[in-house]
Amino acid sequence: MSTGTSSSPRTAAEAAEALRAAAAQGARVRIAGHGTKLRWGRPALPPEVELLTDSLAAVLEHNEGDFTAVVGPGLPLAALQDQLAEAGQMLAVDPPLGPTGREGADDGATIGGAVACADSGPLRHRFKAARDLVIGVQVALTDGSVARAGGKVIKNVAGYDLAKLFTGSFGTLGMMTELSLRLHPRAARTATAIAEGNDPRALATAADAVAHRPFEPDCLDVRWGGDRGAVLARFGGDTAGDQAARVLAVLREAGLQARVEEDDDALWAAQRAGQRSERGTVVRVAHTQDRLADVLTGARSAGAGAVGRAGLGLSWLRLEDAEPGAAIAFVQDVRTRLGPAPCVVLDAPEEVRRALDPWGGPDGGTLELMRRVKARFDPTGACNPGVYVGGI
Amino acid sequence: MTAHPQLGTEPEQPQPGAGADGARGRALIARLREIVGAEHVFTHPHQLRTYASDGLLQYSQHPAAAVVPGDAAEVAAVVRACHEAEVPWVARGSGSGLSGGALPVEDGILVALTRMNRILEVDLPNQRVVCEPGVTNIAISQAVGPGHFYPPDPSSQIICSIGGNVAENSGGAHCFKYGFTTNYVTGLKVVLHDGEQIEIGGKEPDGPGYDLLGAFVGSEGTLGVATEITVRVVPSPEAKRTLVAFFPSPAHAGRVVSDVVRGGIIPGAMEIMDQMSLRASEQMANAGWPTDVGAALLAELDGSEDACEAGFERLREICESHEASEIKVASDEAERAQMWHMRKAAFPAMGRLASHYYVQDGVIPRTKLPEVLDRIDALAEQYDLRVANVFHAGDGNLHPLVCYDANQEGEAERAEELAGEIIVACVEAGGSITGEHGVGVDKKRYMPKMFSEADLSAFQKLRCAFDPNGRTNPGKVMPTPRLCGEVPGPYRQHPLEQAGLAERF
Repeated sequence: MSTGTSSSPRTAAEAAEALRAAAAQGARVRIAGHGTKLRWGRPALPPEVELLTDSLAAVLEHNEGDFTAVVGPGLPLAALQDQLAEAGQMLAVDPPLGPTGREGADDGATIGGAVACADSGPLRHRFKAARDLVIGVQVALTDGSVARAGGKVIKNVAGYDLAKLFTGSFGTLGMMTELSLRLHPRAARTATAIAEGNDPRALATAADAVAHRPFEPDCLDVRWGGDRGAVLARFGGDTAGDQAARVLAVLREAGLQARVEEDDDALWAAQRAGQRSERGTVVRVAHTQDRLADVLTGARSAGAGAVGRAGLGLSWLRLEDAEPGAAIAFVQDVRTRLGPAPCVVLDAPEEVRRALDPWGGPDGGTLELMRRVKARFDPTGACNPGVYVGGI
Repeated sequence: MTAHPQLGTEPEQPQPGAGADGARGRALIARLREIVGAEHVFTHPHQLRTYASDGLLQYSQHPAAAVVPGDAAEVAAVVRACHEAEVPWVARGSGSGLSGGALPVEDGILVALTRMNRILEVDLPNQRVVCEPGVTNIAISQAVGPGHFYPPDPSSQIICSIGGNVAENSGGAHCFKYGFTTNYVTGLKVVLHDGEQIEIGGKEPDGPGYDLLGAFVGSEGTLGVATEITVRVVPSPEAKRTLVAFFPSPAHAGRVVSDVVRGGIIPGAMEIMDQMSLRASEQMANAGWPTDVGAALLAELDGSEDACEAGFERLREICESHEASEIKVASDEAERAQMWHMRKAAFPAMGRLASHYYVQDGVIPRTKLPEVLDRIDALAEQYDLRVANVFHAGDGNLHPLVCYDANQEGEAERAEELAGEIIVACVEAGGSITGEHGVGVDKKRYMPKMFSEADLSAFQKLRCAFDPNGRTNPGKVMPTPRLCGEVPGPYRQHPLEQAGLAERF
């Protein structure tokens, strides 16, 4: 993909000046990390100016005793987690790191990209979403200013929560140049209760029973692939094995085969990987918990794979090896079955994202308000134009 | 409730509205009577007194009228009428806020949501409750108990409304583990500045587009008013273990908190009281706690039996390793309730030690606790006033109680100045001017201590997107009144649209 100029600002002030200059020229700017999610959103024209976060990639502070960190957005998530792990800590944001990003940036998703796209992984079940763990933000705006919101403490109600506004904004409001993060202890031991079966309704019943009881797993997932599926509940800490064992009875009540896996990293890597597809089509469905059986049944009838956060009502349906026409029909079928639950197309071939609105909304009268937010922060429409909801 | 009317500067004089007292004002009030019924519009001064202040009594202002709508459609019609008359309006829940966030605007309209107190739906299969804004916080937990509960639990939970919680992003003693209001709201119906009704989110998570829920929750009533709120509820913990341990100083207790968290234990609550607050509570609640110690740590673990038991043993060991002189473990629910009673008595009990006091609300990084406490001690000495301290220790939220005697010449002013110095010390330690009470009118003068002009200008961008005319709870949050200016130029047509490749709608 051809781009005009590409630069990597080294400071927030440089980023703000680059944005101001580009906006003044009416240029299309793309703000990107490692580009692992460039296949998300509406297809847009190639940018005239590309601003990369590569040079804003430092761990600026790691306040171990406070369980907080301040980092540059360009820091690869994997590198951040490695550094935090040395102190027995983690950022409980664990989306899949791939697939491949832009050339020369193959070490996976950056923290900035994960936050800008509001991506998440299995740990969201217990530790909540990126929006809940980003406690402060510094942003560069197209008026040339650098602004902060939030702070470095985990409890704070001073000022407007622009950190949440920028989380999931796809770079359409400005460039995040610094993120303050809440951290958690990393569990030294984990164990997973896993139950398998071939009846989507039984799997959904089992997952739902776990979600409604006070077991407090770190992660609670389902998966479907081929003609089989599973429910997985992961626990962390010294008593992880015992806690996982206590879930088995509930899983068996639903008529499933259940066991505890202590060596469970691969199971969860597979859950994360199931949210992405290099060439196929992925639809993320945000549904109420009682639709989980419909999600899994839908996956089965479409010949698709699925992973989901049973306690949250978030599922990713994935169709591989399909012609564009079949992929489009797949998305439409998912929306017909599961609507009005928001069904957002993530990874998908450009033909698919061109043929249908990947965002599928929003409604409820919020789109005009979102346009007004965009107009206030980015009046010339310079930042990542066209990729977001309603063509923002 | 906790603050005294004699403290503070003169009541804030917000920007006057367009004059609800003139002919246009009379027309507006007549219109409001049509909308909600004459019996729900109050204009007489003795009726308006009820609405003149919220929980922070030193600010007082009568509105032109108080209106008590019965449903969302009436709220929308009231707000539209205000918009058309160009009169500012302020929404109010139970009026228990502690930052003057619901302080009326002179000549403006106060919209009280107390009649909208219905729980509309309890959806346990989906772990959601849908309710009107006037529902009390505790009513939500009661509606889903005992199997589930609604975690954010401000101390005022038996009276405060969920609508007020949404406006203030309320926390509580259990928010270190469970999070704040903003982490539990999944859907809102909102009336915007011109009376338009929109629906943000719903029972499902992650609606497409900007996180307007995140922007709205905690915006202190300046972006609109919520008329329907959907929150997530969670399974009640299987077990709870509660202890109180006594230490030579708050710093010792603070180090316990740090070690507990570092050890991978996430307690439901960790509260520290210093000697002065401990003495006051003991005088009032008589729990038999020692009053010669430096600090008490009240810690509660909740969760599954296994995790709770293992964590509790570890907690005791950590307390012992930091010179705990005594550890009391609650053996039943009555003892647990008494421990919490001691903690919650701290504010009211202070009235026995001082004729007046002011509750401050600041946040610091947890590890800065010892040095900030030293700073507070030094400041108290400098100002010749006593300061008692209670903290939500897990998240570094301090509530210094500045004691003074308003009958002594100049002491109220000195107390206010000291409270301000304490907040500055919190900011300088890397913290925040408010952890849960909000900015409102009370803290707005401290906003520039924490935020630069560029930061405030970015805040204003968001506010203007929601409320271009500045008539939705004006005079709150921002340190100085600002205008929005015109909405910047028409949205540029994107080349993709010109090429017919994409459409906006």
